[in-house]
Amino acid sequence: MWSFFHKLGSPPWLYRIAGTILRWLLPITLVALCVGMTWGLLYTAPDFRQGNSYRIIYIHVPAAVVALAGYYVMALAGAVSLIWKMKMADVAMKACAPIGAALTFIALVTGAIWGKPTWGTWWVWDARITSMLILLFLYLGVVALYEAYDNKEAAGKACAVLSLVGMVNIPIIYKSVDWWYSLHQPASIKFTGDSTIDPSMLYPLLLMIAAFYAVFTCCLLMNMRAEILEREARTNWVKKLALEYRT
Amino acid sequence: MTVPRTPPGTAAFCLALLRRQLTLAARRPIEIGNPLLFFAMVVALFPLGLGPAPDQLAGFAPGILWIIALLSSLLTSDTVFRSDFEDGSLEQLLLAPQPLFMSVLAYICAHWLVTGLLLALVSPLFALMIKLPAAAIGALVASLLLGTAVLSLVGGIGAALTVGLKRGGMLISLLILPFYMPVLIFGSAAVQNATLGIPAAPYLAVLGALLCLAIALAPLAIAAGLRISVDA
Repeated sequence: MWSFFHKLGSPPWLYRIAGTILRWLLPITLVALCVGMTWGLLYTAPDFRQGNSYRIIYIHVPAAVVALAGYYVMALAGAVSLIWKMKMADVAMKACAPIGAALTFIALVTGAIWGKPTWGTWWVWDARITSMLILLFLYLGVVALYEAYDNKEAAGKACAVLSLVGMVNIPIIYKSVDWWYSLHQPASIKFTGDSTIDPSMLYPLLLMIAAFYAVFTCCLLMNMRAEILEREARTNWVKKLALEYRT
Repeated sequence: MTVPRTPPGTAAFCLALLRRQLTLAARRPIEIGNPLLFFAMVVALFPLGLGPAPDQLAGFAPGILWIIALLSSLLTSDTVFRSDFEDGSLEQLLLAPQPLFMSVLAYICAHWLVTGLLLALVSPLFALMIKLPAAAIGALVASLLLGTAVLSLVGGIGAALTVGLKRGGMLISLLILPFYMPVLIFGSAAVQNATLGIPAAPYLAVLGALLCLAIALAPLAIAAGLRISVDA
């Protein structure tokens, strides 16, 4: 157990293991995305009120769910790098931010596209939309702070502190915005009690959520591999890898 | 031969720090006046932009006053640690045996006394200029007193993280404004309620809760941020 934990701190080991995981995860992710997308977009019944436009939830909801979860992944990785001074946790944290920002952006854009036919407007100042917008700002703040530091080690630590502050603040922001004004429908999927969504629509949605988690993981691992190579560019193992790649 | 001196206790040390910061501020009275002047100017911008109709201004007044307070707190928080970072006294502070948590709190307290407190005390004047109903002035002052303290603490986090950067000015707003939003929501809601004759106390209580949380947690983040900035 501990040797595994120690190996996580070794860049070549992590680079190799991430490559192995990706070799399996990437095809699974693509299949899950294709199946979920076709199932959700073609083979589910149209909603009796919203018709076909509701189908965007198969992209909107997974993107929003994973965007929120991604922030916590980022903050936890930041905490690990601050507490145990693990360089690879720092790499993971840095890799999370742009993916999370992209997913948040996708959630906002798909929400706007859905809002036009359903609510009659591209944008409303509703609680949950505003929270997602703030989440986008939080992600972009981390990216901007990282880029502002010339010393990348300090940049990682500063971003870790910022993302931890954000983690404490996200529930507060969420609740306060909720208090402020809400038009968005309450969550339809509940862990306790009955979901207010029909099973035939729910299963493809759950599949899509799982697929988006896998997409997040794939992007994270690929980003991390690129970042490791960049940081270790002067080491022997990277040089050897580059030579192998060329031949 | 020098007699080894025992270091001052934490309370005495923090009081000395607070006095030092206040003295430094008092030496530059113009800089104390700047946020107030900023407040007055932006208040003057709104009637120019929205039109001088009193009813319309009164409707927007709670939000306007709170947003300006937010911005002036934001603009001043950049400077909290800057000069001490540049002349090296911040490094001495990190090396001092007294807990950084408390000394950071002294810095933030001094910042709040010269910005937030003054702003809250002067705000009734601006409230009258922008036609806020007189009934809401009490709520405005109370919410600003509590809220600007939270803003100072949260702004300190941004200041600590960006103090080592050459071009921190714009960045600090990007980092900190999202964390200001709950304060803005509850602060302006308290004033809004007071204009409608509904008790503002629940919102003030939430602001007080936010303040307690910020006092407990923000100095930790500020201390960590200062350590990172000084090391970098």
